Amino acid sequence: MIEIQNVSTSFASAAGPFTAVDDVSLHIRRGTIQGIIGFSGAGKSTLLRNINLLERPTSGRVLVDGVDLVTLSDAELRTKRHDIGMIFQHFNLLNNLTAQENVELSLKFAGVGKAERRRRAAETLEIVDLADKAGTYPAKLSGGQKQRVAIARALATGPKVLLCDEPTSAVDPRTTSSVLQYLADVNAEFGITIVVVTHEMNVIKAIADNVAVMEEGRVVEQFDLAELQRPGFHPATSIGRYLVSDEIQLDRSGRGAHTTAASEGLINV
Amino acid sequence: MFDRILEVLPEIGVAMGQTLTMLLVAIPLAVLLGTPLGVLLYTIGPNGLKHRPKLHRVLDGLVNLLRSFPFLILLIAIIPVTRFIVGTTIGTAAVIVPLTLNAIPYFARFVEQNLSQLGGGVVEAARSMGASRSQIVRDVLIVEAKPGLVSSITIMTVSFISYSAMAGLVGGGGIGDFAIRYGYYRYETPLMITAIVLMILLVTIVQLGGSYVARRLDKRL
Ligand SMILES: Nc1ncnc2c1ncn2[C@@H]1O[C@H](COP(=O)(O)OP(=O)(O)OP(=O)(O)O)[C@@H](O)[C@H]1O
Ligand SMILES: [Mg+2]
Repeated sequence: MIEIQNVSTSFASAAGPFTAVDDVSLHIRRGTIQGIIGFSGAGKSTLLRNINLLERPTSGRVLVDGVDLVTLSDAELRTKRHDIGMIFQHFNLLNNLTAQENVELSLKFAGVGKAERRRRAAETLEIVDLADKAGTYPAKLSGGQKQRVAIARALATGPKVLLCDEPTSAVDPRTTSSVLQYLADVNAEFGITIVVVTHEMNVIKAIADNVAVMEEGRVVEQFDLAELQRPGFHPATSIGRYLVSDEIQLDRSGRGAHTTAASEGLINV
Repeated sequence: MFDRILEVLPEIGVAMGQTLTMLLVAIPLAVLLGTPLGVLLYTIGPNGLKHRPKLHRVLDGLVNLLRSFPFLILLIAIIPVTRFIVGTTIGTAAVIVPLTLNAIPYFARFVEQNLSQLGGGVVEAARSMGASRSQIVRDVLIVEAKPGLVSSITIMTVSFISYSAMAGLVGGGGIGDFAIRYGYYRYETPLMITAIVLMILLVTIVQLGGSYVARRLDKRL
């Protein structure tokens, strides 16, 4: 469904070009949920934004449903984006529009007429159980509700792919599982291929079929989540192992931060 | 004293009417023409949707130039332009031209500022939804900036109430001119105070009304 081929993305900086995504190739199967995990600055968001060309890769190809996005004209790309929904850590809803109007916006951009927009937006809000909040402005919604409106907005145009950049990083743990449940439902019911970028391993464990581990712009490891059940399976890289451990381990003796051994200890799980 | 005020009351009425005419023509025109200019400034600016460094620098400089002209000098400097547009160089109609010319870049700056304060999140979301640049401006940026823009219009209107006082120089009239003519030239202090009170009232009404509308439009709270 999504084919990322040798994608690199560099940014100009004072100290010369900085490579945020470094020769990444990734194949994401139709109807699966792909996790991308890594520490802050690893290049996860940039790679995700490469998929819908919000960030145009410096080199490489990005195929979504067989179409190489890099070769499309601006107008063609905009049309293609109606097939690729996206949600964000901070929701990015319009404050001055109601939940319903926010959802209608994606349909408006897709050229859907007014009456049809209203009908489909209401329908989509139903999917995320927010029909009763249709007339509410984002300021009056909880974080979880805002993200569900954002999911509805992304789904309204009937996309085949949903890109999620830290979808649960701004909400509490209980809300996290509710948001993830909606994503899982959308995946199961409509067969939408989902890509989830996060730094939270529990999110990956809960929802992903496969995870790619990123470090310094590269995918350093990739495995199916089912592997974790297999006795004797250990991620190959230290960062993979650390992320899988999913625990904060502290040295309470008072010298923890000073000894390099302590940080080594964190990694050798 | 009150007799004197009553005596010139018709004149005060005319003066108020002139001030209102200046504002009601110049401000809407400035909004109408300043908005696209402001949008353009933002769009081709460093954080805009389509950065055009050279064009931005030229336009930015032009706006600064117009903005830095003292109003009095502008009023006189553009007399030929005024004659061309309204066919006369004196009277209320003639003042409206420099007022508007001053207000356009003024409001354009406001628009640019309001748009750049919005943050990239909503623009990013709109791009991901396949919005074109004009859709992003119309359906996202302007929508989110609306309460701020109303506040800016309010500020601009208030400053132009006092600018319009200089209209007297070209016989433009208005309540500020009235205050200057009776208070400054003829020492009729009560008349001057009356005119000033009326101006304060006008400013207060504009400010209260503007704040109210802005608050009603703002859904962030
Ligand atoms: N537009 C840009 N211009 C310059 N540098 C950028 C830009 N976008 C990202 N970078 C840099 O690229 C690197 C990767 O950024 P990216 O946002 O992809 O990381 P991330 O893995 O998503 O991190 P986080 O978990 O903090 O969101 C960072 O060092 C960042 O500073
Ligand atoms: Mg990120």
